[in-house]
Amino acid sequence: MSRINSAAQLEELRKDILSKRDPDKTCIAICSGMGCHGLGNDMVISALEEEIKKQDLENKVDIRVTGCHGFCEKGPILVIYPEEICYMEVTPEDAAQIISETILGKKVIDRLIYTDPNTGEKAVHQFEIPFYKNQTQYLISYNPKVDPKSIDDYLANGGYSGLSKALFEMSPEQVLEEVKKANLRGRGGGGFPAGRKWETARNAPGEEKYVIVNGHEGEQGAYMDRAIFTGNPHLVLEGLIIGAYAIGSHQGFIYTRHDTPQLKKNIDIALAKATEYGLLGENILGSGFNFNVEVHFDVGIFVSGESSALMSSIEGKNPEPRPKYIRTSVRGVWDMPTNLNNVETWANVPQIINKGAEWYTSIGTEKSKGTKLISLSGNIVNTGVVEVPFGTTLRELVYDIGGGVPNGKKLKAIHFGGPMGGSIPEEFLDTPLDFDELAKLGAPIGAGGLLVLDEDTNMVEKTRFFLDFLANESCGKCVPCREGIRQMAKILTNISEGNGKEGDIELLEEIAEVAGTASLCALGKTASDPLLSSLRYFRDEYEARIK
Amino acid sequence: MKEILLQIDGKQVKATEGMTVLEAAQSVDIFIPTLCHHEKLEPYGGCRLCIVEVEVNGWTKLVVSCVYPVEENIIVRTRSEKVDRMRKMILELLLAHAPNSLQLQAFAKEYGADKDRFEKEASFCIHCGLCVRYCAEVKKKHAIGFVNSGARREISFIPEIAAKECNDCKECFELCPTSYLQAVFVLTKALAFP
Repeated sequence: MSRINSAAQLEELRKDILSKRDPDKTCIAICSGMGCHGLGNDMVISALEEEIKKQDLENKVDIRVTGCHGFCEKGPILVIYPEEICYMEVTPEDAAQIISETILGKKVIDRLIYTDPNTGEKAVHQFEIPFYKNQTQYLISYNPKVDPKSIDDYLANGGYSGLSKALFEMSPEQVLEEVKKANLRGRGGGGFPAGRKWETARNAPGEEKYVIVNGHEGEQGAYMDRAIFTGNPHLVLEGLIIGAYAIGSHQGFIYTRHDTPQLKKNIDIALAKATEYGLLGENILGSGFNFNVEVHFDVGIFVSGESSALMSSIEGKNPEPRPKYIRTSVRGVWDMPTNLNNVETWANVPQIINKGAEWYTSIGTEKSKGTKLISLSGNIVNTGVVEVPFGTTLRELVYDIGGGVPNGKKLKAIHFGGPMGGSIPEEFLDTPLDFDELAKLGAPIGAGGLLVLDEDTNMVEKTRFFLDFLANESCGKCVPCREGIRQMAKILTNISEGNGKEGDIELLEEIAEVAGTASLCALGKTASDPLLSSLRYFRDEYEARIK
Repeated sequence: MKEILLQIDGKQVKATEGMTVLEAAQSVDIFIPTLCHHEKLEPYGGCRLCIVEVEVNGWTKLVVSCVYPVEENIIVRTRSEKVDRMRKMILELLLAHAPNSLQLQAFAKEYGADKDRFEKEASFCIHCGLCVRYCAEVKKKHAIGFVNSGARREISFIPEIAAKECNDCKECFELCPTSYLQAVFVLTKALAFP
């Protein structure tokens, strides 16, 4: 492959790729996300390949191993194109029947299609299944259509057209303005306007400027970023390059987990391919813009996802948060202006440039625009990753998409944001998904991990679990965090075991105030949030265990 | 260097750009309690005891003075009901580990901190990092470091380096705010059971 040297050449290549593809050719897209992978999709893939070979169908049927489709509960999942027949919980033993009956015989295998556990209704196609039907997908929609190792697949689906538009039709200032107008808010937890952060980094003095993809995603029950990044690394990379152009950065970093080999492999391939195609490196697409990316891995501690700790880690130091009051967008990696956004934030950028801020702001609520990836877990029928517009109510998320609470149990609470998030009771189920609305209630969206808790949940025990986790995952540098969490966890263990004392709740609140105010970084500052929200709504459970 | 005017406890203070609030206060003999601060070392911001109230354009916030840079016209209050509450709790949390530290006891008296508030876990170390940072920044030997994270964090001499360097130095021992013997013990342990 020779380098692409202009916007026109990129479009020519895209046309060329599409002309060689027959949209009516049968293609089996097999999910290879974390869930399906764990459920043994490898064996399904080999069985299908073998069967295709046996039936001499190698030229008639393609197999595409893709990123996460989202419906982890029902894995291994596959979708047969062009009909979009969706089979679930597929085993290697099903391979022969799938090829002979569905691929050759054009007949649907009844036992492999989706059956609604509540109504008994069946659905053959992906777009008829409530789990998918009730979503609005702009980011994860690529996943079944793209082999993450194939840049051509991404190009065939319109990939890198946003970058081309930014480089050749827009000035860096215009790109920045568009992102600001779109009111893209950071998806990593804070919900801070990305455009404003970009602007700060752009205007801050510094010989070099850096941009970072935070792909650390350490909170329990959150696996949205991995779904997007593993499944479609080019989408994130395209967003990053556009951001670098707007900010005036020529060096980017991808910071991600050391324990996800599949993600690493896909990122490495994506970077190599993008460089080969001239989408990365010197003189990108012949525009004169230079930009390189380096990949860094964490050292296996939760706090390394905190932005300043992450930057220390990139510098080769301990991942300890920095005690500085100057923002990292002004002074970050090696004291240079550094703009950090998480995976999902970057993934939103190409479509904002492609379709414009006006389109983007038509989705969502007044102050939270676009869609949000949410991972559903806990006591919910349909575990998985979903994408919905902001403004979708929690009820729609849990019942219409999530299928409700299993085993006929009642819903007790929704917990958002993992170990630094909060829980709200069932009565708030009609609250729309919105950064500010949920933060007001004490359950900020965080990165988007939604944990459903049924009536049997012990809220004291759940809070103890989170604090116990943080007691070890804090870096241990500052006293309010290290010692405060240690003592709060101890008191909660006592209460949980029935050894609580009069005054324990008040002491917990006192420590929480100090940890929340005096800690060095966001981990310590928000470590007591699950405690405070559960004291706000479920105080009686604490009291009952003390008396 | 640009001169910066600020107010600390009602006093007009002249500082220069790049100074911290703690340094500005110390320059006019206003006392702010610290445990992890040392003039020869980079600001660390670990103990959080030097927390103060800062008013910027009418907004009051609590900041840690050893790392907060001076800014024009800010108003600093080194004591307030809330500041004292923070310091009291920080001291109580630390006294669970080092109840006999004279320095902690003196501060505890000032802030009404109860040394028995939390169950004792006498590890002596309060993780101020003075020994670790002194060895790294001043001596440039890195003979002692932190190991582990969170509640399990502790100081540890690196036997290979300590065996060569520490006998003739031991300058870090005197920096320890809780006990000289603590460092001696940790060093001996590292050398005897590497």
